[in-house]
Amino acid sequence: MYSKGLAPLAAAAAVTLTAAFAMVFFYAPNDADQGFVQKIFYVHVPMAIVALCGFVAGGVFAIKHLRSGDASWDLRSYVAIHLSIILGVGVLATGSIWARASWGHWWVWDEPVLVSFLIVFLLYCVYYPLRFSIEDPDRQARYSSVFAIAAGAFVPLNFIAVRMAESFTHPRVLSQTGGDLPGDMRLTFLVSLLGMTLLFVTLWKLELTAKHASMQLKRLRNRARVAA
Amino acid sequence: MPALPLDEAGKYVAGAYVVFVALILVYVAIIAAKIARIDRQISALQGDPYGAPFEGTGAEEDE
Repeated sequence: MYSKGLAPLAAAAAVTLTAAFAMVFFYAPNDADQGFVQKIFYVHVPMAIVALCGFVAGGVFAIKHLRSGDASWDLRSYVAIHLSIILGVGVLATGSIWARASWGHWWVWDEPVLVSFLIVFLLYCVYYPLRFSIEDPDRQARYSSVFAIAAGAFVPLNFIAVRMAESFTHPRVLSQTGGDLPGDMRLTFLVSLLGMTLLFVTLWKLELTAKHASMQLKRLRNRARVAA
Repeated sequence: MPALPLDEAGKYVAGAYVVFVALILVYVAIIAAKIARIDRQISALQGDPYGAPFEGTGAEEDE
């Protein structure tokens, strides 16, 4: 069911990410200000964008679950949030490495972009204890969906608030007024973003396949128990 | 801060990309191991010692 189209999707993700990383090191020029260290941008920023979009997607799937009552939407929401949290770990780790190289510190507490991402990440870490503290599957799915919707709505609000805040150290990219990337850097960034998106969808389908197989196993065991 | 020289910057860039690749590889390995284990258990339940793929085992009920 979920494994349909997984192989070509995985191949597309692998090819796109390989192309993106080749472009990062052989096509995109070094940044005039930061030099070679700016290459971290091409893995850090796409990962952050895809992780935040994954959180929002988790909220959208949760809305579909509450509207339809179909538990498969709750599963989709859970897997999207789970994967986004894993990418969030990567965002925080690569961001810290970049901060250390650029600013001389592993973490800067008065920088809104960093702290706001940490708040979103910690908010979603609460999702696990909430979900797995409820034993009844229907209630678990319903409460988790409510959380996913509320937290999903917080993500764009948080993003807008950070954009409105004045930044002192963290650069703004993809803005209309300044900090725009030159053409070759922008193309490399967009290919990286596409690769990261394909990777997210591939891993999302892979985990859904595993969950689906696990449910089939449970069903077969129940059937065997009844037959015995 | 001024741009770091290439030999020093290279460590940080390599570190960031290694973190990303390691994260994805560990995740894929965990999920792949999980799928393989479930596949074996489903085969065992069906009494098939050669391990038929799980997709043909009662999936029609889920569609």
